Amino acid sequence: MPTVVLASGSAGQQFTGGQTEFEVEATNFRRLVLELERRFPGLGKQIEESMAIAIDGEIFQDAYAAELKPNSEIYLIPKIGGG
Amino acid sequence: MAKTYVSATINGESAEFLCETQQTLLDVLRDVIGLTGSKEGCASGDCGACSVIMDGRLVCSCLVLGVEAEGTTITTIEGIAQGDKLHPVQQKFLEHAALQCGFCTPGLIVATKALLDENPNPTETEARYWLAGNLCRCTGYDKIIRAVMDAAAELRGETVG
Amino acid sequence: MNYVDSSLKVVGTRPIRPDGVDKVTGRAVFAADTHAAGMLWGKMLRSPHSHAKIVSIDTSKAEALKGVFAVVTAADFPDIPSEEAFVGEGPMNFRDLALNCMARTKVLYEGHALAAVAASTQAIADEALALIDVKYEILPHVIDVEAAMAPDAPILHDDMFTAGVSPKPTKPSNIAKVVTFKKGDAEAAFKDADVIVEGVYTTQPVHQAYIEPHACMATYAPDGQVSIHSSSQGHFMVRAYTAKLLGINMSNIRVNPAEIGGGFGGKTLVYLEPIAVALSKKAGRTVKMQMTREDVFKASGPTSGAWMSVRIGAKKDGTIVAAKQVLKFQAGAFAGSPIGPGCMCGFAMYDLPNVDVVGYDVVSNRPKVAAYRAPGAPITSFAVESLMDELALNLGMDPLTLREKNAAKNGTKTHYGPTHVNIGYTAVLDAVKAHPHWKAPLKEGQGRGLATGFWFNIGGESTAQVHVNEDGSVTAATGSPDIGGSRASIGMMVAEVLGVPATTVRTIVADTASIGFTHLTGGSRVTFATGMAATQAAEKVVEDLKRRAAQTWDIPVEAVEWKDGAAYPAGSNAGAFEPLDLAALALKAGRTGGPILAEVSVNAQGAGAGFGAHICDVSVDKETGHVKIERYTAIQDVGKAIHPSYVEGQIQGGAAQGIGWALNEEYIYNAKGQMENAGFLDYRVPVASDVPMIEAVLVEVPNPRHPFGARGVGEVPIVPPMAAIANAIRSATGLRMPDLPMSPPKVRAAFDAAG
Repeated sequence: MPTVVLASGSAGQQFTGGQTEFEVEATNFRRLVLELERRFPGLGKQIEESMAIAIDGEIFQDAYAAELKPNSEIYLIPKIGGG
Repeated sequence: MAKTYVSATINGESAEFLCETQQTLLDVLRDVIGLTGSKEGCASGDCGACSVIMDGRLVCSCLVLGVEAEGTTITTIEGIAQGDKLHPVQQKFLEHAALQCGFCTPGLIVATKALLDENPNPTETEARYWLAGNLCRCTGYDKIIRAVMDAAAELRGETVG
Repeated sequence: MNYVDSSLKVVGTRPIRPDGVDKVTGRAVFAADTHAAGMLWGKMLRSPHSHAKIVSIDTSKAEALKGVFAVVTAADFPDIPSEEAFVGEGPMNFRDLALNCMARTKVLYEGHALAAVAASTQAIADEALALIDVKYEILPHVIDVEAAMAPDAPILHDDMFTAGVSPKPTKPSNIAKVVTFKKGDAEAAFKDADVIVEGVYTTQPVHQAYIEPHACMATYAPDGQVSIHSSSQGHFMVRAYTAKLLGINMSNIRVNPAEIGGGFGGKTLVYLEPIAVALSKKAGRTVKMQMTREDVFKASGPTSGAWMSVRIGAKKDGTIVAAKQVLKFQAGAFAGSPIGPGCMCGFAMYDLPNVDVVGYDVVSNRPKVAAYRAPGAPITSFAVESLMDELALNLGMDPLTLREKNAAKNGTKTHYGPTHVNIGYTAVLDAVKAHPHWKAPLKEGQGRGLATGFWFNIGGESTAQVHVNEDGSVTAATGSPDIGGSRASIGMMVAEVLGVPATTVRTIVADTASIGFTHLTGGSRVTFATGMAATQAAEKVVEDLKRRAAQTWDIPVEAVEWKDGAAYPAGSNAGAFEPLDLAALALKAGRTGGPILAEVSVNAQGAGAGFGAHICDVSVDKETGHVKIERYTAIQDVGKAIHPSYVEGQIQGGAAQGIGWALNEEYIYNAKGQMENAGFLDYRVPVASDVPMIEAVLVEVPNPRHPFGARGVGEVPIVPPMAAIANAIRSATGLRMPDLPMSPPKVRAAFDAAG
């Protein structure tokens, strides 16, 4: 079961009462979002809209199918734009 | 407001147009005659994107009134190439990748031609100061200056091919 | 397929770009060059006040003026509720975007648009603007970020309550949000430090200063179909934002990408297009709008100014044990400064066990900030890389050695969480060490500075189509506007896969009706993501061509190989057939199944991050305070340079913008909050005589996610220059300049203060 960390500083903390680390049973990004939304209503939407997921150091944005392995390092960080 | 009738020679051809008193030569070139190669970057003579050669002199066409063009000979970017034969300055800009977005490029090419018409053997410093009136935000000027120096050498007959 | 280890024939060479001749002859069409029969000129009325309530707007005299065909105000646009979306290059609240395009009840900065007219000539349009009667109730204003945070500061938005603080505040504030990033325990770890250095740094707002002002031409036809020609970094973005702001269906809008004269992030949103469309609808004619240079400075988004404090603690041997940073970024009139990346990028080059970063997104009465090349990173790196230099001096250590000692490597955990993978920072540092500039003796009175930088780079959605014409030539169409030569790179990747010369492929940028969705050009994404789509499309075409050859020869497709632009029988057993090249196969396309083409859409993930290091030598004139850049070397990990000239160009251009940011560029305000230097004379960007040749050194640590190993390159080069120059000034004079820009009056003042 992967551990997901809400990188402190993301807006998501308002939904979780400050908790930033979660054990989540999920094999891809979409399932992760659905599970977190189930546990903390509003969090899933916030993640999908304003956050990117870094899986083992690589950043994925807007990718439901992004695969999560049991020992993946997973961070949710603010979405990255650019200029 | 009554318009003024103006006749001039533009890129080797006689041109006639009507313009309002307050219209600049840049307005006229772009909106009346349809030569949109000269660009408006600032309308205050600070960026050089509107550079043209008027009676042998490099000017910002946004600082010249349309009516002042009467009886003058003007070269714009559209007159630099001869038909489908590019001028060496244009060719060198392409070879050296001396452009990215291409917006400042017409003004720079006209300004470079004016430089080399006056001084066929500029130093790098002379080229940089001559072109200081042409702003480029994309390239950092490095490849532009290389293109200018290379074009100068070619025009002096110093390079082969 | 991955070509990283292949021997390449086209990728890595320097062909002339396909759109080059148009650009050097003045034929290329930028938005302001477009024209239509009966076209009207649209112009915007902008607030002269930096903060005011709009009491009333009377447009009747303007509407009555002969030659005026339409006048619009906020009343002509839907009142959009607050709605956040990540649609462009940063988080965007559509209500804020709508209000930024046209003020409704309040003007929040000098230059804020509140009405627009369309008239038959520019002169009449100007006259009409002067006839619009606006009654304002002027309010106190605030510009500086710290002043905007003060408890008694004038408040811009009554409904702004600082997000990210607990308990939720009840009093409105100019602080839109607070973000924090923590790793380990910095406070405790500082106690273990042998040396602690700290500093406060400020930067001023600067503008992307693209030479082409925003421009568009819009037609609202009687059947509700809208056509727009726009100078923008993303025509799909223009379509989406325009549809949203006008409350019409996206499917009714077709946006044609005009050539774009620079963007750097500043053209990743809309200012004019929704207004031009609304005017066109009212007037029943095509409307062209372009910003004046003054408008560009006053009303289009520059980047944030900032206040930052940094603190770094290290052991005597240079190992950093703790780092702390507080950043306060100006967002302009609406929330949305790049505070997130600002917090993440400053320390991203280093392997630090304990880090504490806090950032504030603060509104003030200035134009809403827009993205500017690696948004947030140049600002934060100015502070961190200046202080790293101070740390090196304090420890008596070479600044390069200090960075090597703490360098992020593959497997380093960043302070914002994820672990670095496939990065090239140490390769870049090695290249610094090996470069002759690093060891070159300094002339009398000169100083040398080093600074490094990081940017994430992004991927995202791109569509590309490759089709083979009946004569065997190839067209590659994408949805990515070409800001800096991307047509060339995309064509080269396609040519490489097909095995043909670069000149066989013509690359075009297709409009929103002619190609699948493509995210805008920015975030250093095009070579990576659109290149990926184009490469995959070319690969599909190759598979199809092999199938057609197999059918023609009547052999199994496994017995066909594709090489150098032609199909060959694979081995003598397959049969003695003459090769079939693109022209031969295209000739018989109908017989072998129909037209030859493939279209691929991707949402490219795993964009490789980029690192850069800049070495700068300066001399400083004590009398005038003028800083001269004597020598400049910019080293960067580019993954794989598809077209090295345009990669070098990105690096040189980014460095030059950084030089301007460091030495001269800033917004100067008077006591009323009005900009005093809204023109290129007094907003001083680098000119040709300000800079020497900029040597760009390309380090190639391939990004395994891209078929050719490319990383985004466009943004990293603007991150190191300001600190590199500040460090060089320090080396030359002993003076630390913590406030940007390091313009002559400031340098002179520093000399005077030092005595």
